[in-house]
Amino acid sequence: MSDDSRPYGRRAFLGLLGGGLTSLLWAGPAARVFAPVTSQFSQLAANLLPVGGWRIYTISGSMPLFDERIWRLEIGGLVRKPVSLTYAQLRALPRAEQVSDFHCVTGWSVKNVRWAGVRFRDLLALAQPLPSAHAIRFVSMEQPYVDSLTLDQALLPDVMLAHELDGSALSRPHGAPARVVMPEMYGYKGVKWLMRMELVAREPTGYWEGLGYDQDAWVGRSNGYGS
Amino acid sequence: MATAPRRLARFTRTERAVHWVHASAFMILLGSGLCLYLPSLAEMVGRRPLVKAIHIYTAVAWAVALLLVVVAGDRRSLVRTAREIDRFDADDRAWLRRRRAPQGRLNAGQKLNAVITAAFAVLFVVTGFFLWYGERNTRFRLPAALLVHDWLMYVSFILFVGHLFLTLVYPKTRHSLNGMTHGWVEEDWARAHHGKWVEEMSQWHEGEISPTAASRS
Repeated sequence: MSDDSRPYGRRAFLGLLGGGLTSLLWAGPAARVFAPVTSQFSQLAANLLPVGGWRIYTISGSMPLFDERIWRLEIGGLVRKPVSLTYAQLRALPRAEQVSDFHCVTGWSVKNVRWAGVRFRDLLALAQPLPSAHAIRFVSMEQPYVDSLTLDQALLPDVMLAHELDGSALSRPHGAPARVVMPEMYGYKGVKWLMRMELVAREPTGYWEGLGYDQDAWVGRSNGYGS
Repeated sequence: MATAPRRLARFTRTERAVHWVHASAFMILLGSGLCLYLPSLAEMVGRRPLVKAIHIYTAVAWAVALLLVVVAGDRRSLVRTAREIDRFDADDRAWLRRRRAPQGRLNAGQKLNAVITAAFAVLFVVTGFFLWYGERNTRFRLPAALLVHDWLMYVSFILFVGHLFLTLVYPKTRHSLNGMTHGWVEEDWARAHHGKWVEEMSQWHEGEISPTAASRS
C-alpha cells in the first residue's frame, strides 16, 4: 500500500452509520416531503411488483378462510332485532363507495384506496340498537382479534364495512369477506374477516389496546404521534 | 509439457467464514423478510408468526456466528483485511472514476461493497431491534424504523443482485468465486484483475515468505 492512500473506508462506514442512525429521526419527515415523488414511484412499483404498499399482518398462524356457504354476519348484543346476514344479503344492502387513505400505526400508508361496502347506518337500521348501546364490538374470524368503535365514530361519513377493494371482492389477505374501514384511525381499528358485531354499553378492550395501543387511534393524534 | 496454473491464496479461512456466515444469513433474512413484506408471498406462505420467528432467530444466530468467528478465528487476518478495506490509494480512486488502474487484492469496488455491507449490517440490526421491541413496548416504536429497514433492504437487494452477477454470471470476473469457496485463485486471472497484489506477492516470495504460507492460515 503506497503512502498516497486515504482512510476513505472508515469515513464511508461512519458516514453511512451516522446517516442511517439519524435517519430514524429525519426519514419520516423526509418521506412526507418527497411523498409526491415517491408515491408516483410506488404507484409505478405497485403496477410492476406484487407490493402495492400493503403489508398484511395477522396475529394467529394463518389467515381465516371465507366460505360463503357457512359465513354469516351476526349483529347482536344490545339490539331490538338480532340479525344474521348471508354474504348475498350483505352485498344486497345499499352500496357505498369511497376513496380514502389507509394508515398503519407502524408507519406505512396506502393512498387513495378504493373501497366499496355498506354504511353502518344501514346495518344498524336492521338490528335497531337499544338506547343503552354506546359502542360496537367487532369480532374477527381470526381469534382472538377484537376491536371496537363508539357509535358516534362508526356513523362518521367515511366509515364503512367494506366488501370490495379496488373494484373487486375483498381478497383473503385484506379480510374477506368484510372488514371495517375507519380512515381517520390507524388500521388496527379496522377489524378484518369480520363475523360478528355486538352492540355494547361500554367500549371493551380490543386486542391491540390490551397490548398498550390507544383506544381512540386517531391518525396523527394518538399512539405517540403528534404529541 | 503443460503445467497446472499457479494458484495464489486470496482469502483466509476466517475471511471466508465471515463471508459465508454473512451470505447465508442474508439470504434467509431476505427470503423470510420478503415473505413478511410482499402480500402475494405472505398469502402463499400464510404462517406469518413462523416466518417472523425464522426472521428474528436468524438475525440472532447471524450475530452470534459472527462473534464466534471473531473469537475462534484468525483475528489478525481480520484486522489486516479491515485495514486494507479502509485505505483507498491513488489507483483505487482512479478505478472509482472508471479509469483503468492496477488493483490490489481487493479492488476499490470490493472495498466499497465491504464498507456498505458492514454499515448496513449495523443499521439492519438497530432498526430491526426497534421493530421487534417496539411491538412489545410502544414507547420504543419508532415509525421511521420500518421505513429505514425497508430502504436498507432495497439497496442491499440491488447490491446482492450485482454481486451474484459478477461472481456467478459475468465470464471475466466469475473466477473470483473460487477465492471465496476454495481460498485460491489462478495467477493469470489475478494478474489481469489484481495486478498490484500479484506484484506484492512475488516480492514477498523473494523475501522468503511464500504466498502459499498464507493459504494455511
